[in-house]
Amino acid sequence: MALPSYTGPLGRIWHYTFLVICGVVFFILMAPIMVIIPLSFNAEPYFTFSEGMLRLDPDAYSLRWYQDVLGIGEGTGSNRGHEWAFSARNSIIIAIFATLLATTIGTLAAVGLSRPQMPFRRPIMALLISPLIVPIIITAAGMFFFYSKVGLAYSHLGVVLAHAAIGTPFVVITVTATLVGFDETLIRASASLGAQPLRTFFKVILPLITPGIVSGALFAFITSFDEVVLIYFLADADQKTIPIQMWSGLRQQISPSILAVATLLITFSVTLLIAIELLRRRSERLRGMSPQ
Amino acid sequence: MNTQAVAAQGVIMIDGVPLKEQLARAERKKKITAFMLVVPLLAFIIFTFVIPIGNMLTRSVDNPRMTNQMPSLIDDLLLWDGKELPGEDMYAKLFQDIQWNIENGTIGRIATHVNYRMPGARSMIVKSKRKLKKIKGPPYKEQMIEAEPRWGELHTWRILQQVSDPLTSSYFLNAIDKDYDIDGNVVAQPEEKQIYVTLFIRTLWISALVTLLTLILGYPIAYLISTTPPRISNLLIIMVLLPFWTSLLVRTTSWIVLLQTQGVLNDIMVWIGLIADDGRIQMIYNLNGTLVAMTQILLPFMVLPMYSVMKTIPLSQLRASQSLGATPFRTFFRIFWPQSIPGIGAGGLLVFVLSVGYYITPALVGGSSGQMISNQIAFHMRSSLNWGLAAALGTIMLVGVLVLYWLYDRIVGIDNMKLG
Repeated sequence: MALPSYTGPLGRIWHYTFLVICGVVFFILMAPIMVIIPLSFNAEPYFTFSEGMLRLDPDAYSLRWYQDVLGIGEGTGSNRGHEWAFSARNSIIIAIFATLLATTIGTLAAVGLSRPQMPFRRPIMALLISPLIVPIIITAAGMFFFYSKVGLAYSHLGVVLAHAAIGTPFVVITVTATLVGFDETLIRASASLGAQPLRTFFKVILPLITPGIVSGALFAFITSFDEVVLIYFLADADQKTIPIQMWSGLRQQISPSILAVATLLITFSVTLLIAIELLRRRSERLRGMSPQ
Repeated sequence: MNTQAVAAQGVIMIDGVPLKEQLARAERKKKITAFMLVVPLLAFIIFTFVIPIGNMLTRSVDNPRMTNQMPSLIDDLLLWDGKELPGEDMYAKLFQDIQWNIENGTIGRIATHVNYRMPGARSMIVKSKRKLKKIKGPPYKEQMIEAEPRWGELHTWRILQQVSDPLTSSYFLNAIDKDYDIDGNVVAQPEEKQIYVTLFIRTLWISALVTLLTLILGYPIAYLISTTPPRISNLLIIMVLLPFWTSLLVRTTSWIVLLQTQGVLNDIMVWIGLIADDGRIQMIYNLNGTLVAMTQILLPFMVLPMYSVMKTIPLSQLRASQSLGATPFRTFFRIFWPQSIPGIGAGGLLVFVLSVGYYITPALVGGSSGQMISNQIAFHMRSSLNWGLAAALGTIMLVGVLVLYWLYDRIVGIDNMKLG
C-alpha cells in the first residue's frame, strides 16, 4: 500500500497511524506465542523473565525443562518424561488413524458433493459440516453416553472415531474447494480414451486434488492432535494424550515443563503451516491459477 | 419419418430407446454414483455424531426412573384420575413394587427421586420401609396407611404420579431458573439458585463482545493485507495463520504466562514504575481473562473471511473516487466499507457461533466471573451428574447455535467457508 504522491499531510499522518494500529494488532496476535519460547529456556521454575534472562546471562538459560519433558538428563528424578512420551505416542497414534479415516471418507464425499448431479447437495453439506459448528461440549456429552452404551468409551477405537468425526468437515471443505472449477471435460477425455471410472479417479482426479486432500488431512490431524474435550469425556488413563496432560497440568500446579511442551508444539505447527502454504501454492499452480 | 413425428416422439436411438429416456437414465445413474460416494461419510457422521447427540438430547425430557422401578404400579398410576385415593388394588401393587425395590436395594433411588419434588419424602419412604416389613398379606391399603399416614394422603399420590411421568419438563424449567412447587405449579427458583438465565445472557454478552473486539482489531489488518502487494501480504497472512495453527492450549497457556499477577505484563508494569509491586493487577482468572484470550484465539476466524471478501474489491475504484475529488475518508466509507460488509457478516457470524460454545479457554482463564454455559454443562456432566439438566442446557444452546448456523448458510453459504 504505497502512498501516492498526491497525499496531503493529514493523509500521511493517518497512513502512519494506521500502520501503527496494524502493528499493534499483529503484536497482539503474535506476542503471546513468541513470549513462551524464551521462557521455556528459563533456568528458574518461574513463568516470567528473571533478571539474568534480561541481561542475557547464559547461566539464566537452561534446557532443564526440555530434559524433564523428554525424560533425559540428570537429576529430574521423576518419571514425568516417561509420561510425556507415553502421551505423545498416544496423541500421534490416535491422530494418524483419525486422519486416515477422516481423509478417506471425506475425500470420497467431497468428490460426490462436487458432482453437478448430486441430489440434496445443500442439506447434506450442511449436515456434514455441522461437527465443526456444534459446540464441542455437546458433541462430547452425546458421544459419552452413546459410546458408553455401545462399548466404545474408554478405548482407542472410540477416541479415533470421535476425532475422525470432528476432522471430516475440514477434509470436505478443503477438497471441495480444490474441486471448484474442476474441468469436467478431463473426465470425459479420460473416458473416451478408454479408462474405467476407477482408473480415471486415480489417474486424473486424484493427482489434481492431492494438495486439497493433504491440506485437509493436515487440518484433521491438527484437530485431533490438539483436541482436549472429547478425550476428557471419552478416554481414561490409557488414552492420555499431550493436550489432556497439558490441560490437567494447567488446572493444577503449572510447571514450566508445560512451556517446553508448548514450544515443541509451536515448532510442530510452524512446520505444518509451512507445509500447507507450499501445498496451496502448488495447488494453484496445478490448476493454472496465478501463484496468488 | 417427418419432422413433426420426431418432435412428437423424440429422437429414437439405434437400439430403439428414445434419446430422452437414455439421457434421463444416464443422468439418474450419475446421480446415484454421486450419492454413493457421499454415503460412507454420511453414514459415519450419522452414527458417530448425529445419533449420539440426538440421543443425549432426549435425556433432557426423559424420566425413566419410575417406569423402571415401579413395574407393576406404573400403568395404573399414570391412568389414575387423581380425584380420590386409589383402591386396594393399587396399594397392593405399590406394596409389591416397594418390596421388589427393597430386595434389589434400589429403594433409596426412588426415595431420592420423589424427594426432588416432595421434601421429606425420602425419610417417609425409608421409614415406612421398616414398618412395611410387618405387613404379611392383604388388605394392604389399611395397613400401609396405618404404618405411614402420609400414604393415605391424596397429595402424596399426586406427587407420585407427577414424578412417574416418563416425560418431564422439569429439566428445561430448571434450565431457565424455574421449577415446580409442591402443587405442580411453575414457579421461579429461589434467588440463590437462579443462575442459568444470567449465565445464558452472559454467554451471549461475551460472544457479542468478542465478536465486536475481533471486528475492531481484525478490520484494519484485513484491509492492510488485502491492499498490500502479494510479497508482503503473503507474509502477513502467515502471521495471521500461525496463531490459528497453534494449539489452543498453548495459546491459553501464553495468556496465563502474560497476564497472571506474577506474570510478564505485571512485571513489566512494575519495572517501569506504572504500578507498585504490591499493587499488581488481577488481569486473568476473571471475565477479563476470558475476553482477552478468546479475542486473540478467534481473531483469525474474523480476519480470513473479511480478507477473502476485501481482496475482491478493485482498488482502481478507490483511486477513481479520489481522482473525482472525494477525500480518503469519503472514499473509504462510500466505496470500500459497503463492499466489505459481506465479509464482516461472514466473519462475525462465524466468530459468534464459535464463541457461544467455548469451553476450554473460560475453564482455564475465566475464574468464576468468566464462566460460560459450556462450563456449566461440563460441570453437570462430570461433577454433579445431573445429566438431565446438562442435556436441557445443551439443547437450548444447540438450538441457538443451529439457528445461527442456518443463518450463516443462508447469508454466506457453507461452500464459502474458507480455511486459510
